[in-house]
Amino acid sequence: MNDFLAHYGPFLLSGFGMTVLCWLLGTIGGMALGLAIALIQRHSIAPVRWVLRAYIEAIRGTPFLAQLFLLYYGGPMFGLRLDPVPAGLLGLSVYSSPYFAEIFRSAFGSVPVGQIEAARAIGMSEFSIVRRILLPLGLVSALPAMVNFSIVLTKETVILSIVTVPELMYQVQRMSAETFRYVEANLALALFFWGLVELISRLGRRFETRITKHLIERT
Amino acid sequence: MVRASSVEIRKVNKFYGPFHALKDIDMSIEPGKVTCLIGPSGSGKSTLLRCVNFLEEYNSGEILIDGELIGYETAGGKKMSSRRLREMRRTIGMVFQQFNLWPHMTALQNVAEGLIRVRGMARAEAETRAADALEKVGLGDRMGNHPSRLSGGQQQRVAIARAIAMEPRLMLFDEPTSALDPELVGEVLTVMKALAAEGMTMVVVTHEMGFAAHVADQVAFMEQGELVAVDAPANILHHPEDPRIQSFLRTYHERNSF
Ligand SMILES: Nc1ncnc2c1ncn2[C@@H]1O[C@H](COP(=O)(O)OP(=O)(O)OP(=O)(O)O)[C@@H](O)[C@H]1O
Ligand SMILES: [Mg+2]
Repeated sequence: MNDFLAHYGPFLLSGFGMTVLCWLLGTIGGMALGLAIALIQRHSIAPVRWVLRAYIEAIRGTPFLAQLFLLYYGGPMFGLRLDPVPAGLLGLSVYSSPYFAEIFRSAFGSVPVGQIEAARAIGMSEFSIVRRILLPLGLVSALPAMVNFSIVLTKETVILSIVTVPELMYQVQRMSAETFRYVEANLALALFFWGLVELISRLGRRFETRITKHLIERT
Repeated sequence: MVRASSVEIRKVNKFYGPFHALKDIDMSIEPGKVTCLIGPSGSGKSTLLRCVNFLEEYNSGEILIDGELIGYETAGGKKMSSRRLREMRRTIGMVFQQFNLWPHMTALQNVAEGLIRVRGMARAEAETRAADALEKVGLGDRMGNHPSRLSGGQQQRVAIARAIAMEPRLMLFDEPTSALDPELVGEVLTVMKALAAEGMTMVVVTHEMGFAAHVADQVAFMEQGELVAVDAPANILHHPEDPRIQSFLRTYHERNSF
């Protein structure tokens, strides 16, 4: 058992590091794309909104596995040749973007119209209104759902193993194949993920308490 | 004394789909005068008020602020540019029933925001002005509070400070005291009276008949999208001729007597 750990420990750790990196960058990419989609939907003409709506439905309606396959193996047919890690990151960002877009759309909808009208009434530009009123208030109310979906995404990273991104699942599969210790390998994977998820949800809660301090009505 | 605007409303009509919300409204408001808008719920008071700063688009007619058409380039023509509209709105303050303060900013930041973003002031100067405005409404000692740490009356006074800091020439009030507990109404009305005494042009939608009787220069009564009468307060509130006004006031008195 000790030999086993000494040999595979470093692979598991580096796999976990890659998992965290892919999750982090993929989530940030997905949030950025989702935010852009939600803002454009809010401020654009109907045809643009239809296109974005179709994008959201198409991505949400198909499995991540299939999307990633298409991107990595089908991409070169359209001149999009990506290494495994960039393909994985782009894939995760695209896959998560419609969910984040929906989270932001409903969060922006929850900002009271009156507070936006108050800004319009003093002559603020739409750009200032988005930056100073809509984003700060919208992001605060989106936070719980953002944290929640980020947690869901940690586990979607295992799919990156199919395009040979050397993340945790990839290492675990290699270890399983070489040693036939499927149970130990998958147990290790489970523990790593559990730890990561626990950490994210704790940080999320702490952050939430801090930024909503002023928004809670005194009773 | 403030530089005050005039408002001229001519044959204004407004539809929500097939629903005719404002019917040929005509009204003139002279600089420095206070006009109170009264009438039953759903009669179109808020709609009319919101047309004056074009938060609500009217479909025909004209609304002129200091002789300048708001919302459209020409009467019945195309809409004015959003930049031009923003410029006109800078001189029109608005106070809402629900205060609509920005909850993530302190009282001071709420008031300074417009000065920084709209008037382009440096933060330090904006905050000095904001502090002055807050002093004026009696909240010099609450500047660092977020709205959630202020009473309703204090929130509404911050909202008034936010509007007057922009140095408006016209102030629109949509039931500014209707969301307040009765004991907090007075402090807000006091601030409004002071503003009226400074010579601000004010249009006030209100159910405070006392305020209308004592502060208004003219009272307008609306019902079902029509402007039934505009006249001196006494002629509307004490000796109304129109049966619709009589019946409205009867209901009002019944509700307020015990
Ligand atoms: N956005 C809207 N869409 C459709 N109808 C509307 C809209 N806003 C207002 N109305 C209708 O227009 C009429 C006038 O509404 P408005 O809010 O101006 O009344 P009000 O006199 O201010 O009433 P209250 O005293 O209750 O505030 C009402 O019948 C209302 O239902
Ligand atoms: Mg109203």
